[in-house]
This record gives sequence, C-alpha cells and structure tokens, in this order.
Amino acid sequence: MHMADALISPAVGGAMWAATAGLTVYSARKLKEEMDERKIPLMGVMGALIFAAQMINFTIPGTGSSGHLGGGLLLAILLGPPAAFLTMASILTIQALFFADGGLLALGCNIFNMGFFPCFIAFPFIYKKIASSGEGAKRILAAALAASIIGLQLGAFGVVIETVFSKISELPLGTFLLVMQPIHLAIGIVEGVVTASLIGFISSTRPEVLEAAAGPARGKPFSIKPVLIALILVAAFTGGVLSWFASSNPEGLEWSIARICGNKELKSPESGVHALLSRIQEKMAFLPDYDFRKEKPEGLAKSESAQGKENAWPSMRTGTSVSGLLGGAMSLVLAGLIGFGIKIFQGRKSGRRDG
Amino acid sequence: MGSIDSSFFDIGRLDALSSKDSPVHRIDPRLKVLTTLYFIAIAISFDKYDPAGPVPLLVYPMTLMIIGEIPFSYIAKKLLIASPFVLSVALFNPILDRCPMLNLGPISVSGGLVSFASIMTKYVLTVSAVLALIACTGLDSICSALARMGVPKAFTIQLLFLYRYIFVLGEEAARMTRARALRSFGGKGLGMSVYSSMIGHLLLRTVDRAQRIHLAMLCRGFDGEIRHGEPSKIRLSDLLFLAGWCALFTLLRLYDFPAWLGKGLGRLL
Amino acid sequence: MSHHIVEVKELKFSYPDGTPALNGVNFRITHGESVALVGANGAGKSTLLLHLNGYLTPQAGSVRIGDIPITKSTLKQVRQTVGMVFQDPDDQLFMPRVYDDVAFGPTNLGLPPDEVKQRTMNALALVGAVHLKDRPPYKLSGGEKRAVSIATVLSMSPAILVMDEPTSNLDPKARRQLMSLLAEFDHTKIIATHDMDMVLDLCSRVIILRGGEVVADGAAKDILNNRELLDSSGLEKPFRLQEAVWKNPSGFRDARYAGIKGIEELRN
Ligand SMILES: Nc1ncnc2c1ncn2[C@@H]1O[C@H](COP(=O)(O)OP(=O)(O)O)[C@@H](O)[C@H]1O
Ligand SMILES: [Mg+2]
Repeated sequence: MHMADALISPAVGGAMWAATAGLTVYSARKLKEEMDERKIPLMGVMGALIFAAQMINFTIPGTGSSGHLGGGLLLAILLGPPAAFLTMASILTIQALFFADGGLLALGCNIFNMGFFPCFIAFPFIYKKIASSGEGAKRILAAALAASIIGLQLGAFGVVIETVFSKISELPLGTFLLVMQPIHLAIGIVEGVVTASLIGFISSTRPEVLEAAAGPARGKPFSIKPVLIALILVAAFTGGVLSWFASSNPEGLEWSIARICGNKELKSPESGVHALLSRIQEKMAFLPDYDFRKEKPEGLAKSESAQGKENAWPSMRTGTSVSGLLGGAMSLVLAGLIGFGIKIFQGRKSGRRDG
Repeated sequence: MGSIDSSFFDIGRLDALSSKDSPVHRIDPRLKVLTTLYFIAIAISFDKYDPAGPVPLLVYPMTLMIIGEIPFSYIAKKLLIASPFVLSVALFNPILDRCPMLNLGPISVSGGLVSFASIMTKYVLTVSAVLALIACTGLDSICSALARMGVPKAFTIQLLFLYRYIFVLGEEAARMTRARALRSFGGKGLGMSVYSSMIGHLLLRTVDRAQRIHLAMLCRGFDGEIRHGEPSKIRLSDLLFLAGWCALFTLLRLYDFPAWLGKGLGRLL
Repeated sequence: MSHHIVEVKELKFSYPDGTPALNGVNFRITHGESVALVGANGAGKSTLLLHLNGYLTPQAGSVRIGDIPITKSTLKQVRQTVGMVFQDPDDQLFMPRVYDDVAFGPTNLGLPPDEVKQRTMNALALVGAVHLKDRPPYKLSGGEKRAVSIATVLSMSPAILVMDEPTSNLDPKARRQLMSLLAEFDHTKIIATHDMDMVLDLCSRVIILRGGEVVADGAAKDILNNRELLDSSGLEKPFRLQEAVWKNPSGFRDARYAGIKGIEELRN
C-alpha cells in the first residue's frame, strides 16, 4: 500500500525522509563492510525481478481476487537485510518516479513501511529465529508466514500512523486501523505462502543460492538497537525542527504539526507575515476586503473545534470561500493561457529556426 | 500498476520522452530534483480546506511539459489511473465530515467535500510534477544527480542496474505470462503454485544472470567501484531555474493568489 | 608479440555439483590465429572460455596467456589482454547508455578522461555503432547489441578476442554483418560456436570438443570435410559443403537458416 504525497503533511514526509535517509546511509555502509562486490549486480537484477514479479498477478485460492508479491522478505532472505533494504528502496523509487505510485515526498514513508519493516524487523527477528531452529518445509512456511504477517502489519500500521498524523484524511485512528490491519493480515498470509514456496523451490533445486546468501558475512554481526535509537532520534529531530518552523511561522506555513501536537493556538493575525500581507493588500485597491481569515481564524482549526457546534460557523467564510474557488478556477484558466502563450512563443521560435 | 505489457510500455515511453532535447531537458538534473522536491513540499503544505490555493502551482509542471514537449494527454491518462489508494482514503472525507462549510446558493458543501477536493488538487499537482520531472530528465541523469548530491552510491548504482534490467526481466516475465495465457485460454490470473514455479524459475535464471554480469564487469576491470556520469557544471541558467521557481512557489504559498483573483472578479461582476 | 599466445595444458574442471566439464584439454594458439572451438551443447566450450580470462581456476593443468600464467596476481593483466564477448549481450551491456558501457572498461583502467573518450569513440567506430552511443541498450536490435558488446571489449584494446556463440540469436543479415566485421579484425580470435558456416568463413583452424576433451584439432578445411568426425561430435558439415547444395545451389538455403534459428530458440 503506497502512501501518497497528497495524503501526508510536510512534517510527516520530512521526518520519514530523514529516517529513511539514515537507514540508506547505514545500509550502504554495512554493505561496504561486507565487501561482497558480487552483490552489486545481484541486487540490481533481483530488484528488477521483484519488479517484474509484482506485475504478474496470481489468483488467491478461495477468494477469486488476485494479489501480487511485495518482495521485501524474499529479498531479505536472499540478500541479507542491508542489501535487501537498498533494493526495496530502489524498487519503490522507480515506482514513485515512473508510475507515480506514492510520490517523491511520500517516498520516505513508503521505503520505511515496505523496506524497513520486512528487512530489518521481520527477517532478522522473526524469520531467522524460526527458520534457523530446525529444518523442513513446514518450518520455512511457518517462518515466512509469521515474518510476512508481522512485517505487513507493521507496514500497515505505519501507513495508518502517517496518515493520521498528517491530518489530511478524516479517517480516525481506530476506524482506519480496523480497515487496514485485517486487509494486511490477508495480504501477509498470501505473501508468506508465496515466499515460502519460492524459498522451497530454490532450496530443492539450487540450495547453494540460499547458502551464498546466508553465508558468513564479513561485516560485523548485525544489531538493530543502535539503528532503532538513531532512527528515532533522527525522526524526532526532523519532526521537531519542522514543527518549530511551522509553529513559529504559522501563517506562512500552517503546516499543522502544531496541531498534531495538540497546540491549536493560532497566532494573532496582527503580527508577522500575516500583518505584512494585509498591509500590502490594503494598498491594493482591488482587494480591500481581504479579511476572511483574519476575522475567523478558528475556521482553520475546524476539524477539532467546530465539530458539533455548527452554529459557530462563520457566515463570512461562505462568500470568501466561494470567491476562493472562483479564483482557483480562474488561476487554472490563467495557467492554461500562460501555457498556451509559451507554446505559441515556442512554435514561432522553432518556426523561425526551421525557416 | 496494470498489466505487465502496459507497464513496460509506460517506462519505455517516459524513457523515450527523456531522451529528447529541450531547454528543460538541459537544466542540471540536481537542480531539477531540488526544485521539484520544494514544489511538492509547498504544494502539500496548503491547508486541507483550501482546495483552490495550490492551483496556481500548476504552472510549474505545465511549463515543464510544454517546453519539454511532453504530451499533456499522456500525463492526464496516468493521473486517471494512478494510485487508487489516494482516492479510496480521500473518499472517506466527504463521508466522515459532513459539516456544511460553504453555501453555493441553495447547495451547501460539506467540509469533507472541500478537503476531498483539496486532496485531489494536491494529488494532481504532485503526480504531474513527478512525471514531468522524470520525462524531462531521465533516470540515469537523476541517478548521477543523486550520487553527486551525496546519496550513497550503493543506492544509486542499484537504481541504475534495476532500471537497466527491468527491461530484460520484464521481457522474460512477459513472455512467460503470454505463453501461460495462450495455454490457459483466457482463464484469469495464475494459480499460486504456477505463479511460484514461474517466478522461481525466473529467479534462478536471474541469479545466474547476475553472476554473468558480474563476470562481464570483472572482465572490464571492475573493482567494486562504478564510475558513472561525467561531472557537469551548474550554469547560471540552472541556478536561475531553481531560484526563479522556488521564489514563485514561495510567493504563491504566502499570498493567496486565487482568493485575490476571485475577489477581484467578484467586485467586477 | 609473445603475449598473443594462448596455451592450455591438461586442463581439468568439474563444477561444484560434480558435473565434469573438462577432462584434460590441451592446445596452443599462436599470434593472429583465428580458431573455432566447436562442439555440441554441453561439450564444455563455455567452461573452457571461462578459464581463458581467469574467471574459473583450473582444478588441474594450467592456462598461460603469453608469458603470463593465470594466477590471482596476474588476473588484471590477463583480463586486459583477453577480451571476452559473452553469449548474451544483455549480460555484457549493463550500463544505462551504450557510451557508458563502452567507456566502462577504459574508465576502470584508470585512464585519463580524454583517452577514455577517444578509446570509446574508436571502439564504437570500429563496430560501426557511433550513432548508437546515447541509446539505452534495451532499445537496440540483436545485431546492434552484439556489435556494441564487441565494442565494450575492443575499448580495452585486448590482444586476444574470445567469443562465445557470437552468431546465436542473430537474423541472417545481422549475422552476415557481424561476420564481415570479425573478418576485419587482426586480433587472435577464439570463437566458440556451432555455426559451422561461420567457421568456414572466419576460421583457419578448428578444435572440436566432445565430453570435455579435444577430439580433433587441425586445419578448418580438413575437419569441416570430415563428415564422420563431425557426426560423432554432434555437429554437421557447413551447409555450403553439403552435397545437396552443390547439386541444387539456389536451393533452400534460407529456409534452412530459418530452421537452424528455430532450433536454437528451442534449445535456449
Ligand atoms: N554452473 C554450472 N553448474 C554445474 N554444471 C554446469 C554449469 N555450467 C555448465 N555445466 C555443465 O558443464 C558441462 C559443460 O557446459 P558448457 O561449458 O556450458 O558447454 P557448452 O558451452 O559447450 O554448451 C555441461 O555438462 C553443463 O551441464
Ligand atoms: Mg556455452
């Protein structure tokens, strides 16, 4: 499930970007320590393979609906966590760029949800623990099922938290969780079964492929604790900086991390950018009555404060918002005209060039 | 993501667009990436009850598309099919938030509908900006840009390899599914066991391929380090591109341009 | 120049899963020779070639390139001397643009940028692929891919060119073009193939492998006319040397080529 730019706030996007950037640097460093340069092309083609595999749908038995492979766990089993994480990151980047699946700012969220959880949590702490304690197809199945279910549950939880913290969607935490977690339970089961059957297939035909992956990494043994601590610090720091920026500059960027933290107080319109704004606007003859937000700022914090007390609705908003919409439509037309202008200009230029 | 054939068609199409030559294609990729990131941050920072506010930002992706000769219809089509997730989440807004917010004559519009519209505006803006970016830059330029902005090479090289072999493996996978479809006489999707053995075979072939690629790299002096992309200099025009657009985005964020327009119009009428 | 000599002595190799691939191979190839290494599928051709650039290490016997025995410390030098063209160009062309691919080798040699550029453009010119330099490899035709993968090797200025089934998967026209290109090179050439008509055109000497052993090594004109030898090695006489063609020269040549191509596809 890809998070999208349109559903997140810049603070959430920024914090997740920072966390993901940290993980990427960490993974790249780990990979360098491993000094296994064979992995460089292997990661790339495995990424392409997962990418191709994701485009083939299969029928989920008993349901008639179809699913596709996520691949995070499979990659972790075949490549080890750092390489798998980087590979997932590159798959998701290609999807963001070429299919607009997600988006650039939401990329941090997506890499975290679909890369970090399966590669750095589900694989080392669940799959490996279960699979290494014995032999046999059943055990592999159990390990893959448990790991992919938990990985996907965490991923889905990530989506929910990021969405709810962004406050763009109206979905309340509880409802959203109730929708997302069961869906991802089903997806997790399918993913686990497919992953287990692929691993089974490989270990019966070419076991050395798995051995090469599990082979003694030359790097230091992997430990998650420092990574987690660093992640939390980075994310908290970025979130904090962004929210400070937002709250000290609320009119410019009411980026509402302030609201997330429960700080609903809005600044007096007579200070800062807003004051400057209204002064400029007063001077502009054609817009003397710019005042809708100034008078009823609580409209902005509506979702929290105004629910249930409809009579508090400012009648002022109506007119101004209609004009806002009108303005939106006009800007669209204007943008179209500008585009048209550029096109004509270009046409003339190239015409001149050709002639 | 659609069927496998159409997906590869998409990538191929964007790749072809990116190999054109135009003033926006020539802008240094680093600055294009930065400008687009700033654009997206600005676009999604608009209030959730302000669907009109970000509309003027459309001028950025539109300019890229026009100067970069990227067909509108193509981007529009992709906008229509991409990301059902956004739509399904956004659709909850009008359901959950029915407080009237705006009266258009006799019709009252709920807050949920307004915020739904706002999500859709942001969606159109962010998606078209990303597609325009890739269509006028190309993945390998983006990769070398990222590498020179300090992104770890382990990642950017991955991206290059992945992108290169998507076409090879995609072709293999498409061939397999086509053969399968021919024999299954229009039956929907694959059963899971067929899927697993198909992907399993593909996977083993892929592992072997990786080995051969590694060998081909070794034969040409590969030592663990991939040196790629000629260093390009940032020119004045590149800086102007960045500065100009970022200034415009900031202005559009600080000043509610559509509101002025609307009011002006309202007074005229 | 003595380093154009390739000498293989009592070479043995089995794959880790126990499959024996080479059982004591001997030959010596001297400067400027053009040698065909023929044999049915599984005869051990590819395995042998992988020893020539040091990717596989002999389990018994030795491989020398000129004065240099192949060891870990000489690998770099050997790989620069022996240019290897792989069977599947998609394995060889791994960079996003043709130019980057051809420049990959020279760049890794640590040459200055100007020289890298010059070598790259020269190599592209040699195979007639300058116009393809900004294309991504996936947009090339089979013949173009093959030409470019040869260029990636030529840019390293190797003394010896080693090719694994260079004409497989090529249409007749691309095959013709490739053959006339190869005929122009004065490198020492070792070509593994079962395209016997190409052998007839390009190679003066033929080595036949069967079950990991050399069963014949001699002048091309002798070996290519020895039907029994060829038959017993799972090979066929070149089409042009077959009696039916002499009797009916305008015959079904093209149809037969199509047939060979079809069979090769089945095999792959
Ligand atoms: N990676 C491998 N693992 C195990 N056996 C292999 C491998 N590659 C080749 N073989 C076996 O080694 C023998 C020689 O193969 P190869 O050198 O590829 O023959 P040719 O190139 O002449 O067709 C064959 O029996 C083949 O099955
Ligand atoms: Mg072979």
